[in-house]
Amino acid sequence: MNVDDIKVFEGDLDSAVPEGPIQQIWDDHRFNMKLVNPSNRRKYKVIVVGSGLAGGSAAASLGEMGYNVHCFFYQDSARRAHSVAAQGGINAAKNYRNDGDSIFRLFYDTVKGGDYRSREANVYRLAQVSNNIIDQCVAQGVPFAREYGGMLDNRSFGGAQVSRTFYARGQTGQQLLLGAYQALQRQAHAGTVTLYPRTEMLDLIVIDGRARGIVTRNMITGQIKSYLGDAVVLATGGYGNTYFLSTNAKGCNASAAWRAYKRGAYFANPCYVQIHPTCIPPSGEHQSKLTLMSESLRNDGRIWVPRQPGDRRPAAQIPEEERYYYLEEKYPSFGNLVPRDVASRNAKAVVDAGHGVGELQNGVYLDFSEAIGRLGKQVIKDRYGNLFDMYTSITGEDPYEVPMRIYPAVHYTMGGLWVDYNLQSSIPGLFVLGEANFSDHGANRLGASALMQGLADGYFVAPYTVGNYLARVGADTGDSAASAPEVAQAEAAVQEKIDKLMSINGKHSVTHFHRELGKVMWNGVGMARNDAGLREALQRIPEIRAEFWENVRVPGSAADLNQSLEMAGRVADFLELGELLALDALHRTESCGGHFREESQTEEGEAKRDDENFSYVAAWEYTGDGSTPNLHKEPLKFEYVKLTQRSYK
Amino acid sequence: MKLNLKIWRQPSQQAQGQLVDYQLDNVSEDSSFLEMLDLLNEQLIENGDEPVAFDHDCREGICGMCSLVINGVAHGQDREKIKQVTVCQLHMRNFSDGETIVIEPWRSAAFPVLKDLIVNRTAFDRIIQAGGYISVSTGSAADANALPIPKKKADVSMDAAACIGCGACVAACPNGSAMLFTSAKITHLGVLPQGETERYQRVVNMVAQMDKEGFGGCTNMGECEAVCPKEISLDFIARMNRDLISAAFRGISPTV
Repeated sequence: MNVDDIKVFEGDLDSAVPEGPIQQIWDDHRFNMKLVNPSNRRKYKVIVVGSGLAGGSAAASLGEMGYNVHCFFYQDSARRAHSVAAQGGINAAKNYRNDGDSIFRLFYDTVKGGDYRSREANVYRLAQVSNNIIDQCVAQGVPFAREYGGMLDNRSFGGAQVSRTFYARGQTGQQLLLGAYQALQRQAHAGTVTLYPRTEMLDLIVIDGRARGIVTRNMITGQIKSYLGDAVVLATGGYGNTYFLSTNAKGCNASAAWRAYKRGAYFANPCYVQIHPTCIPPSGEHQSKLTLMSESLRNDGRIWVPRQPGDRRPAAQIPEEERYYYLEEKYPSFGNLVPRDVASRNAKAVVDAGHGVGELQNGVYLDFSEAIGRLGKQVIKDRYGNLFDMYTSITGEDPYEVPMRIYPAVHYTMGGLWVDYNLQSSIPGLFVLGEANFSDHGANRLGASALMQGLADGYFVAPYTVGNYLARVGADTGDSAASAPEVAQAEAAVQEKIDKLMSINGKHSVTHFHRELGKVMWNGVGMARNDAGLREALQRIPEIRAEFWENVRVPGSAADLNQSLEMAGRVADFLELGELLALDALHRTESCGGHFREESQTEEGEAKRDDENFSYVAAWEYTGDGSTPNLHKEPLKFEYVKLTQRSYK
Repeated sequence: MKLNLKIWRQPSQQAQGQLVDYQLDNVSEDSSFLEMLDLLNEQLIENGDEPVAFDHDCREGICGMCSLVINGVAHGQDREKIKQVTVCQLHMRNFSDGETIVIEPWRSAAFPVLKDLIVNRTAFDRIIQAGGYISVSTGSAADANALPIPKKKADVSMDAAACIGCGACVAACPNGSAMLFTSAKITHLGVLPQGETERYQRVVNMVAQMDKEGFGGCTNMGECEAVCPKEISLDFIARMNRDLISAAFRGISPTV
C-alpha cells in the first residue's frame, strides 16, 4: 500500500440523510418507510452476527416483530459479549436533574466531543432515542441505581456539565446486556430467534450485489456451513485487538467486518482509535490483556511522576518538590480531569522522556494520599473500594498505601464499516450496528456513549430500517440464493484459507505474530503519530504478515475444537486491517480527537484540526490483497453545531 | 517460579480423559493464572504439541467465561482467602515455587466436557429461556421514572443481578445443583414491581427446566456461595423456595 497511489472519489457516497430540519427527519423518515405486514414477517430471514448490546437488542427486537431471526456468536452464551465489561454508565437526555439537559445538548456535546468528525443527522437521532432506551431497560428490570425516593439516580461522567449518566453500580454494561440477553432468550423460547453459540462468521455471501448470507465455522465440530437470509446484520464490535494489548476481551476480533470489507463494504476512518488513560500498565511479556480502571478515579487521584528522569526511588521517598504533577501544571483549569486523549498523550510524553515509574518504568502515578488525608480512608473506600480491590488482586500492591500506577491502553475504536443514515453499508442488505460501524462518535467517543449507541442501533434504529429494506426487496421464499455459485465459492474460499493455515506448520505460535504486530501498531500507530513512524509501520506490517504466512504453527485438526486455528484466522485479518489503519492515519495529516499527528498541533501542543482539507469521512474500498485501496470521501457538513478548537488550559 | 501442573486432557465429549503432568518454568508471579496457561500453551505449540483448551474471554472477571477447578476449588483460591475471584483475576503470587497444581474442568452431568477444560453450559441459557425475563417488547415501555422503586429493593435486585453465569456454583455443589444461579435470576426480577406479574409462573417454569436439565437439588451445603466470585447469597435460594411454595398454593404448574 502506498499513500501516494490512493485514488480519490468524491461525491459518490450517498449518506441517505433525508432533507428537512434535523429535529424532524427521523420522524418523517419513519413515516416514509415501507412496512412489512405482520403476518408476512416470518417469511423474511434476518441473519444477525454478534449478541452484544447492538446485536442482542436487534435480534430480540426483530424477533418480537415476527421476523425469522438467526443470531450467531463466538462465545458459549449470548450473555458473554464484551459489552458486559463496560463499567461507567449510559447517557440519556432525560433531564431528570433539571440541570438544563436536552436532546439538542446531548447531540451538541457528542458532535463536539467527537471533534467534528461525525455525521450530524445520525448523532441527533442517537440523542433522540436515548430516552427510549432508559425506559425500555427499566421495563426489562435493569436495576439502575436509585435515590431513596425511588427515582433513578444520575451522575456526571467524563467531564460533562450535566448529570445525564444512568448507572448500575460499576456494572452498567453487564446489566444492560443482561436486559438484552433476557429479551433475546425470550424470543429463542418463542421460536422467533434461533441461537448459534460457538459459531464464528468467516465470510459474507454477496449475490447480485446484495448481502444474502454468511459462511460460518462451528467452533466445536469445525464444520463449515453457510446460512442464507434476506438481510445480514453485523454487530461484531471493534478492532482494538489489532494492537494485541487492549482492554478488549481476548476473543474480540474484526474478522466479520474485515470479510465484509473484502466483499465490497467500505471501511471508514480506521485511524480513529480511543486510548483510555487509566489502565494498569503491563507487567511483562506474559501480559495478555490490559485492565481498565474507571475514569472516575481521576476525580480524587493526583497524577504525577518524578521530576528527575530515571529516578527509581519508591514514591514515598520522593519529596513533594521533586514530584512533577504534569497535568496540573500544564492545564491549571482542568488539571487531572482533562479529556481522555489529552491525559493519554501527556502520560506517553513523560514516560518517553524517562519519567516512567514501576519496575518496567512504564507507568505514571495516580496518587490518592492527598484525598485520603483530606476525606479520610473510609470515604475513598466507599467511592472506589471495588476498584482498589481489583487493582490489588492484579498488581499485589495496596493503593491506600502506595500510589497506583496507570498507563493508557487501546480501549475503543470509533472507525468501522461505513454506513448510511439507515445503518446500511455500501453493500445493500448489509447493516452494521454498534462499535462495528463508524457513524456516531466522530474522532473521539465520550464516556457513557458506547452503551447508548449500541442499544440505540439495536432497539430503535435497525428494526425500522431493516424492515424498510425487506419490504422494498421482498422475501426470497423460494430460496433462490441456495443454488447461486457465490455460496459454494465463498465456502471454498473459507476452506482454502483454513487448509492453508493448518498446512504451514512453521515455528511460531499465532500469539507470537500477534504480539509482534501489536508492538508495531502501538509504537508507530499509537497515541502520537508522525509521517516517518507511519511509513515505517506500513513497511513492517506486510513483513510480519509474510512471515506469518510462512512460519505460523497451528497444531491440532481443523475438524475439531481448535483455539489456535480460531486465533490464526483472526490474527491473519488483523495483519491486514493494521495496514489499512496505518494508511488512513498517514493520509490524514491533521490531528483530530483520538488521531494525533505530531505535525499538526497548536502552540500549546493540542490537536489541531484542518477543517478545510479533512472535514470528511474517509471510506476505503478494497481493491485486492496488498494493493492500495480507493478512498471515497463523504463530506461532513455542520449546519447545527459551530466548529471550534478545543482548549483545556 | 517453577510449577508442576496436572491438567485434565480430554480430546472430545465422547473420548476418555485423564490428568496429564506438565512442568513449567519461568512463571512470573505477576502473571494471572490464565497467562500462566498461555505460557504453557505457547511452549506446547512451539514443541509441536497440542495446547490445552480452556474457556476465557474478558479476563477482567465479568464475562463468566473462564471456568477451572484449581486444586479442587472452583475458580481456585487466593492465598489469604480474602475474596473469591474468577480464575482470570487469580494471580500466580498466590502459589509457591515448586507447587503442584491440579487443574480440572467444571464437573457436572449438566455441563458435559467439550474438550480438555471446556464444558458446555447452554443448560443455563435454557433455564433463562424458560422464564428468566420480563415480557416487555421493544417500544412498549412507560417513562422510566413513572414507577418509583424503593432503593432497598433496587439494591437487592442488583445484588442478585450481579451473577455472571459462570457455573462455579454448580461445579462446587456435591449435588450439581443450579439453585444459586436460578434463584439469583428469580430474585433479580421477582423483587422488582416490573417482574411481579410473571413472578410465580417464572419460578415454576425455571425450576422445572432446571430439573429437566439434570441439575441436582439443594441440600444447604453452602459450597456454591463459598466459591461465588460475585457474592451471590444463599438467601436467594430461600426466597426462591418461598416463591415456589406460594406458586403451588396458587395452583400454578409449569408450561415448559
